[in-house]
Amino acid sequence: MLYFLTELKEGLSISFRSIRANKMRSVLTTLGIIIGIWAVTVMATAIEGVNIAFDKSAEAFGTDVLYIQKFPWVSNEDWQTIRNRPNLKTHYADKIERHASLIEAVAPVVATRRRATYGNNAIEDPMISGTTNAYLFAAGVTLEDGRFFTEEESKGGRPVCAIGATVVENLFPREDPIGKTIRVAGHPYTVLGFFEKQGGLFGEFTSDTRIYIPLLSFQSHFGIGKHRHVTIQVRVADQESMEDAKMELEGIMRKVRRLSPGDRDNFNINQQELLTDTFDPISATIAAIGLFITGLSLLVGGVGIMNIMFMSVTERTKEIGIRKAIGAPKRTILLQFLIEAASLCVIGGVIGLFVAYVTSLIVDQFLPTSMPIVVVFIAIAISISVGVIAGFLPAYRAAKMDPVEALRHE
Amino acid sequence: MRNVIELRSIVKTYDMGGVEAVHALQNVSLTIQSNEYLAIMGPSGSGKSTLMNIIGCLDTPTSGMYEFNGINVSEMDDNELAKIRNKEIGFVFQTFNLLARSDALHNVELPLIYAGVSATERRRRAKQTLEHVQLGDRIHHKPNELSGGQRQRVAVARALVTNPSIILADEPTGNLDTKTGKEIMKLIEDLHHQGNTIVLVTHEGYIAEHAHRIIHLLDGKVESDEKVLKRKTYTVPQVS
Ligand SMILES: Nc1ncnc2c1ncn2[C@@H]1O[C@H](COP(=O)(O)OP(=O)(O)O)[C@@H](O)[C@H]1O
Ligand SMILES: [Mg+2]
Repeated sequence: MLYFLTELKEGLSISFRSIRANKMRSVLTTLGIIIGIWAVTVMATAIEGVNIAFDKSAEAFGTDVLYIQKFPWVSNEDWQTIRNRPNLKTHYADKIERHASLIEAVAPVVATRRRATYGNNAIEDPMISGTTNAYLFAAGVTLEDGRFFTEEESKGGRPVCAIGATVVENLFPREDPIGKTIRVAGHPYTVLGFFEKQGGLFGEFTSDTRIYIPLLSFQSHFGIGKHRHVTIQVRVADQESMEDAKMELEGIMRKVRRLSPGDRDNFNINQQELLTDTFDPISATIAAIGLFITGLSLLVGGVGIMNIMFMSVTERTKEIGIRKAIGAPKRTILLQFLIEAASLCVIGGVIGLFVAYVTSLIVDQFLPTSMPIVVVFIAIAISISVGVIAGFLPAYRAAKMDPVEALRHE
Repeated sequence: MRNVIELRSIVKTYDMGGVEAVHALQNVSLTIQSNEYLAIMGPSGSGKSTLMNIIGCLDTPTSGMYEFNGINVSEMDDNELAKIRNKEIGFVFQTFNLLARSDALHNVELPLIYAGVSATERRRRAKQTLEHVQLGDRIHHKPNELSGGQRQRVAVARALVTNPSIILADEPTGNLDTKTGKEIMKLIEDLHHQGNTIVLVTHEGYIAEHAHRIIHLLDGKVESDEKVLKRKTYTVPQVS
């Protein structure tokens, strides 16, 4: 044990002396490892970041919210048949309200894009969503400040609205929006309240860029024709009974649509889970491919290390001969060169990690990233492994050298 | 007297692959006793170094029997041989063979590292041995900061530091001028006086005359093996 420690210490000191003696060469060699570890780490960081961002974003859809729509979010069904389905009607919401027992709230939502202005400020094409007062409960969202429209305002088709965070930023950079009247495609709407910022990857689907107005106001200003897409948004009473609620909704919808038992559904009940279920294997595949490709750069780095170690062993044949002549066993010589290769790789790995960290800070400005601490340890472990694997053949060649031959070497 | 080395019918053949094989040693038998001072002479290519390498466990014979301190080493594996080289043999080479990047102290410490001696003990013994060869003031010099004679004295210190059973010197003065060569020979002679067993390879008759016994090799065979009747001793002034 003591001997092993002495050996380890001697091995480290030899390798650092040798690395220092060949600074330029060591730098160039470790470059491969630096780039490899950098690539792998940045890739892992980006993948992790996107996953976290996705999960966070998916939450915006609500884990307990079902979306009854004409189209499925994710599908492998024939596009033609789906496209020919009839559009949903806003009054389905009333039917569901009346017949469903497992739900908390239901609200129809229609949407269009229109320019909105306040004074000189404008937002080019926010989603104008027409819905009812029940939306607040059906979506399970809360306002940052102010209030949503009431049942009276909803039924009366009043010119009132609640707006998302991005809309606030654009129209009211320095003002309190509540009580102010904005114009949506020229029509005045008074702001009752606004939502907190949701962010995430699905900006389009969050409240951020939306202006919610009563359904009836929507109808009179923008129309709800035959072709307008309608979403019936339903929040289940108990997340545990999500599947039951879905079955119940399906039944009600089939009755509303007068479907015979043999007919297939001509609507879809979407939920957040569909997104995560779809995204997870995709992200896993992307991660595997990404890590494989970046792993190749690490392999190239490892080959560089092997090459330099072969060179180092050849150059130091005489030294190896001397060490063997005065009694260094094979194992010690082997260990010495393995330590040297591993040291090179660890140095490269640490630099690579550092560069990756800096990179992730920069990338974070555009794309969410996250460097989990475990990545640091994994990267160091990978560096050591690459060093040991790449260094093994050269080290083995050194260890099995014949001392007499080695001493004769100049 | 105890036998330190016993060689019986040692043969070393280099198979040259197709070309005629080189018979570097042919049937060499030799016994070396404790505290003997043996000189091996012979023309270039006569097998002196080959014999030394076999005695020093750096090389293994093609056939024959080799006993070191009564232990059969001809059947030992690499690691056992490394251990013998480390603990029992002190080798001094013509070309010094010091680690160029390490200072004198570290060079002398090296065999102790492989012997598993603790750091402080190592340092103490290496320093002491360097002082013994009058290099106490040069311990932190690297080989290229030392003269040829000083380098060879570092090498002698390295050979001595483990208290080996035998010191093998293959033309230790071959790369030195006459004066420094003499200093090294004086040092080796002193070691012999202190009880060390010494085997020395040399070209020079006047150097060999200081030994107890001279062996002449020719074409890998022992041509003569005789006691030196009128031994000479060195009278060089104490080196500084
Ligand atoms: N590795 C080797 N391969 C082939 N021949 C060798 C090898 N080493 C030594 N020899 C040959 O063995 C003979 C003895 O060599 P050596 O012991 O070095 O002689 P000396 O030291 O007496 O000059 C020489 O003919 C030399 O060429
Ligand atoms: Mg020779």
